[in-house]
Amino acid sequence: MAEKQTLASWYDEKYGKMPNASLFEQLGGTAAVDAAVDIFYRKVLGDDRINRFFEGVDMEKQAAKQKAFLTMAFGGPHNYTGQDMRKGHAHLVKQGLNDGHFDAVVENLGATLKELGVAGNLIGQVAAIAETTRNDVLGR
Amino acid sequence: MTNIHYDNKHYELAENQSVLECLIKQGVPVPSSCRSGVCQTCLMQATAGTPPPSSQNGLKESLRLQNYFLACVCQPTEDLEITMPDDRHISAHATIRKLELLTDEIMLVELECASPINYRAGQFINLVHDSSHVRSYSIASVPRLDKHIQLHVRRLPHGRVSGWIHDELSFGQRVEMRGPAGDCFYVSGKPEQALLLIGTGSGLAPLYGILRDALDQGHQGPVRLFHGSRDLHGLYLMEELRELESRFPNFTYHPCLSGSEVPDGFAAGRVHEAALAETPQLKGWRIFLCGHPEMVKMARKKAFLAGASLQDIHADAFNVSHV
Repeated sequence: MAEKQTLASWYDEKYGKMPNASLFEQLGGTAAVDAAVDIFYRKVLGDDRINRFFEGVDMEKQAAKQKAFLTMAFGGPHNYTGQDMRKGHAHLVKQGLNDGHFDAVVENLGATLKELGVAGNLIGQVAAIAETTRNDVLGR
Repeated sequence: MTNIHYDNKHYELAENQSVLECLIKQGVPVPSSCRSGVCQTCLMQATAGTPPPSSQNGLKESLRLQNYFLACVCQPTEDLEITMPDDRHISAHATIRKLELLTDEIMLVELECASPINYRAGQFINLVHDSSHVRSYSIASVPRLDKHIQLHVRRLPHGRVSGWIHDELSFGQRVEMRGPAGDCFYVSGKPEQALLLIGTGSGLAPLYGILRDALDQGHQGPVRLFHGSRDLHGLYLMEELRELESRFPNFTYHPCLSGSEVPDGFAAGRVHEAALAETPQLKGWRIFLCGHPEMVKMARKKAFLAGASLQDIHADAFNVSHV
């Protein structure tokens, strides 16, 4: 295990990230999630199109959820199911959550990655993963 | 082969098995969600043995120092004795060494523990009135600087425990306490970081401890304390804080009044708004918020939007128990 990690980091140093590394690895793994969560959450809370859905929530719990979401969208390990997504957002759908709001979140996600200097093609891949949750989030 | 000891039982970990997998396989209910070391639902604490650092990724440093870890990504290399975060109650006896009113409503209580306890300024202890009436009070003392544990107890309207403390406790009386617990305290290591401390009422207690802890450990960055109350009667320890201000050039004290009468030298308005007006940009700051739950909630959000990282915002909201 340790040997494998050493070899991989040696390879990365010598040749740059392996082109066939997973999306999660290319983005930088959990460190990337840690770097992104504050920026992303701050954008969401500052976005008047969607911040009413976050009124009164426990910020620490919410940040933990954001981390789980970002891990998934970055192609990392996760345990999300469509059912979880539906349950988790049902109360927001009742408050009028719609495609426009979903688009705003994806936009904030893209802007976050851009701010972190992530390449455009990787941002596209992240957006595509986020997109797969749209119908479950919106309860359709 | 490593073992874990939980709730008076021993469990043997299989190879490459996480603590969470092991416990769940044995039918032990442990809450969990993402199972990938992210969501922190399966947070546990090692009371003996050291959890691997990889199981502490993403945790606040104060939690790491207390050997908290995420069970789902914890594959320990040594035996661990573990507990759920809220299981930990260390009952101890203490003797009342001082009772002194700081304001009309707030009592300084000094406790001498029967056996020394290891605590950090800003953590809390639970005082036990009887088995069904236990209340948390934040610690204003610093172990290195103060002989006894100091609490600031505000008398609540019809408060069972605060009423007992104010009206019935006497010098020399023995009381039962539990703890300490809580992760709102000063951690050394970034002496240049700017610190912002905001509190209302007896929320000054943990801040007074955190402040003196930081200054005594040689904190170099600016340290600003904003203490808010409705009127002058609610502010206390002003002389002590002014004295600290003159001893430590990097420390400033900002008393703040939200009522209609605001004499010279006091900030007007709500304390977190005054603090944010003074320091609108909080990127890189470490922040401590203590006292009224609404203030803590609003200040947390505003501080975050002003650029502070969530990891750097520590809070102790004084929720009132209705039991």
